[in-house]
Amino acid sequence: MDLSIFTPELLKAIGWGIIETLYMTLFSTLLAYVIGLPVGILLVTTAKDGVTPLPWFNAILGFIVNLMRSIPFIILLILVLPFTRLVVGTTIGSTATVVPLVISAAPFIARMVESSLREVDAGVIEAAHSMGATPIQIVWKVMLPEATPSLIIGSAIAVTTILGYTAMSGFVGGGGLGTIAVNYGYYRYKTDVMLVTVLLLVLIVQVFQELGMRISLAGDKRAR
Amino acid sequence: MDSIIQRKNELIRIEGLGKTFTSKSGSVTALKNINLSIYSGEIFGIIGLSGAGKSTLVRCINFLERPTEGDVIFDGESLSSLTPAQLRIRRRSMGMIFQQFNLLMQRTALANITFPLEIAGVPKERALERARELLQIVGLADREKAYPSQLSGGQKQRIAIARALATEPKVLLCDEATSALDPTTTASILALIKDINRKLGITVIIITHEMSVIEEICSRVAIIDHSKIAEVGDVDEIFIRPKSEIARKLIFPEGPRETLFNGEHCVRIVFDGKSSFEPVIANLILECQTPVNILYANTKNVNGTALGQMLLQLPESESSRKRVLAYLTVKGIPFTEETIRQED
Repeated sequence: MDLSIFTPELLKAIGWGIIETLYMTLFSTLLAYVIGLPVGILLVTTAKDGVTPLPWFNAILGFIVNLMRSIPFIILLILVLPFTRLVVGTTIGSTATVVPLVISAAPFIARMVESSLREVDAGVIEAAHSMGATPIQIVWKVMLPEATPSLIIGSAIAVTTILGYTAMSGFVGGGGLGTIAVNYGYYRYKTDVMLVTVLLLVLIVQVFQELGMRISLAGDKRAR
Repeated sequence: MDSIIQRKNELIRIEGLGKTFTSKSGSVTALKNINLSIYSGEIFGIIGLSGAGKSTLVRCINFLERPTEGDVIFDGESLSSLTPAQLRIRRRSMGMIFQQFNLLMQRTALANITFPLEIAGVPKERALERARELLQIVGLADREKAYPSQLSGGQKQRIAIARALATEPKVLLCDEATSALDPTTTASILALIKDINRKLGITVIIITHEMSVIEEICSRVAIIDHSKIAEVGDVDEIFIRPKSEIARKLIFPEGPRETLFNGEHCVRIVFDGKSSFEPVIANLILECQTPVNILYANTKNVNGTALGQMLLQLPESESSRKRVLAYLTVKGIPFTEETIRQED
């Protein structure tokens, strides 16, 4: 590997790339949870066997979530460009990328939350009913706390998936490590630079995954 | 042989209760025309084989399952007339424990007990105080910081009992509460329930498929079979004179062994506390001058009294049989004539 291509300017760009990637990933994840968590909760509570059954609403919500999940991210990225311009004022840069990232990740997160909440023992929910808990108390004090370890593992998966999407947005000038990989590795044939950015992405994924696992395990009181 | 519990205070009245589950594949009737009265302060058993409908019945008592017919009158109030919010408040007067304990796995023992109090809006300090009191009652004061996964089955059920008692209920509903426990632990949990019933005056309803649980602590029992009540009455009375086929089957879970003998002219005799001291069979043979064949014998502890049952096959000769039956009548030993059929 010829190290001379890693000029101070490039190193600085890579440094910024890391920061931008982390910013896009974490900010998008946060916003996607703001939408995905309530939707995931509603998917469970309005189901036929849920605490507030509302089958027609559940069917519509499930359909919308599936519809949005079936659009490939790279297509969605372009489809929502007008909306992105409306919200952020531009379609280039890391903040602009957050918009399609959130739209793409929210339904995915909703399904992850749904599956975590479904793992909660029906018997425990029945016990809460027998004590006179309201549906909101059951969600807030039973389902969410009992599902926390699973929700945390889910969020680690969400973060790493979104990280992958940020790299994809490099093709449309999304910023971050993805843009550096595309600009240097793809357009200028500097494979070494691409390799380094990929290695950095791998590293970031590893850190988030490991962190999620450890936090989840530390908070799980089920197995000792 | 009337029960000693006073029958004035009816706590729960189940009136013409029925439950039908309807699904796409058709409807299943789990309960049909159930009528029962449960009195304040008693330990009432509901027994049946699995699938008889007893778990549905206990869930209808606190309206976890809404009956499709009839009503439950709890403490003079019709549950079917309550709004969902009123029903939730009413449920605080009805504690419930389960076969699988159903504790919150991410909460400590102490936090599990404060849970129903949090829901009821009791101030935190007061809730903690009450929870510690209850830990004392169930004998786990030293395990308040333990998580359910660190406790044994019996300890988990003790925490569940404490949790069910937190809101000072009038009745404790036990749904197969000892079915997941070993015999020793079962005995200690039953002793605890009995203790709570005596000391706190809480009415207890016990759902089980084990006759031994009923014999151990219940004063009255309802036997449920094929969605209906087959028999209801005092435990000792039902034990001595079971009227229904299902009652006999439950009292003699070893029943199939009887089918080894294919005999007519059988009598089932019951020894109560008194006659257990007398050599009844020996005397009978000497008095009547006729041999009898003992097909089955068993002694059980029913509410602290030793009750024995024996299945005798009497001789072919009718005059000898009459002598035996007359002897039993004179001696005041309860008996029923039975024919043992070969079953499949």
